[in-house]
Amino acid sequence: MTILANILIVATIVFGVIFTLVTAVGLIRLPDIYTRTHAASKSATLGVMFILIGVFLHFWLIEGHLNSRILLGIIFLFITGPIGGHVIGRASYLSGVKLWDKSVVDELAPVVEERKKQFNKQ
Amino acid sequence: MAFQLLLNFFIAVVWMFISVSFTASTFIVGFILGLIMLWIMQRFIPGRFYMSRVWAVIKLVVLFFKELFMANIQVLLLIIQPKMPIKPAIFALPTSLEKEWQITLLSSLITLTPGTLVLDVSEDSKTLYIHAINYEDSDDAINSIRDTFEKAILEVSRS
Repeated sequence: MTILANILIVATIVFGVIFTLVTAVGLIRLPDIYTRTHAASKSATLGVMFILIGVFLHFWLIEGHLNSRILLGIIFLFITGPIGGHVIGRASYLSGVKLWDKSVVDELAPVVEERKKQFNKQ
Repeated sequence: MAFQLLLNFFIAVVWMFISVSFTASTFIVGFILGLIMLWIMQRFIPGRFYMSRVWAVIKLVVLFFKELFMANIQVLLLIIQPKMPIKPAIFALPTSLEKEWQITLLSSLITLTPGTLVLDVSEDSKTLYIHAINYEDSDDAINSIRDTFEKAILEVSRS
């Protein structure tokens, strides 16, 4: 039973570390701010979530102590992670940060242009 | 939904009073009994049987975790390739969701699914502008994900 629990704990923490590493590599290797936001806002969320689950399982199954704060932390992370990514992406787009030059389609540009025109009229 | 839940709690409390035992297990037994009563009498109570909505929420959560995990592995494979064959793009995604919490939920789900990041919501909130990390080969896949997510959210909010 303890072996099973240990396997589960080690697996979740290894997953978390791998995803966090992917985040770091992605932050270095990806070309522009939007693709970096992809790496920073998601793989990091999943990585930290897996590490927290591993910690929770360790203290629950091995030490016999159920810590509900870790679960709350996971939930808060889930709510705030994507919103942080969205706000960073939106703010950089509206302040005119350029897309990577190999980007294929940009359907947002005319909309933002239109919005700016309306704003200037007022 | 709220009314049915309240009714169920009320039945559970009545059950506790009937059996003169004020413990959590009696409450749970009363709650299950109330659930059965509500299920039998769902024709007379306005709205959908609320457990089916709870079930839809559970299905949405499971679907979300599956997508999250699969897509993270896809990004992992994309990033460790030496040439990094990515084609970023911003595309518009028309949505049929109307309430604000539905759109917030959908955009959070889309953002947490790697490969897509919601950049902007149009002013009439009919369109989401999404930055995709690999546009060419994932357009259909993204659309199908969107369909499943949107469908699941509609299933939760169906009255």
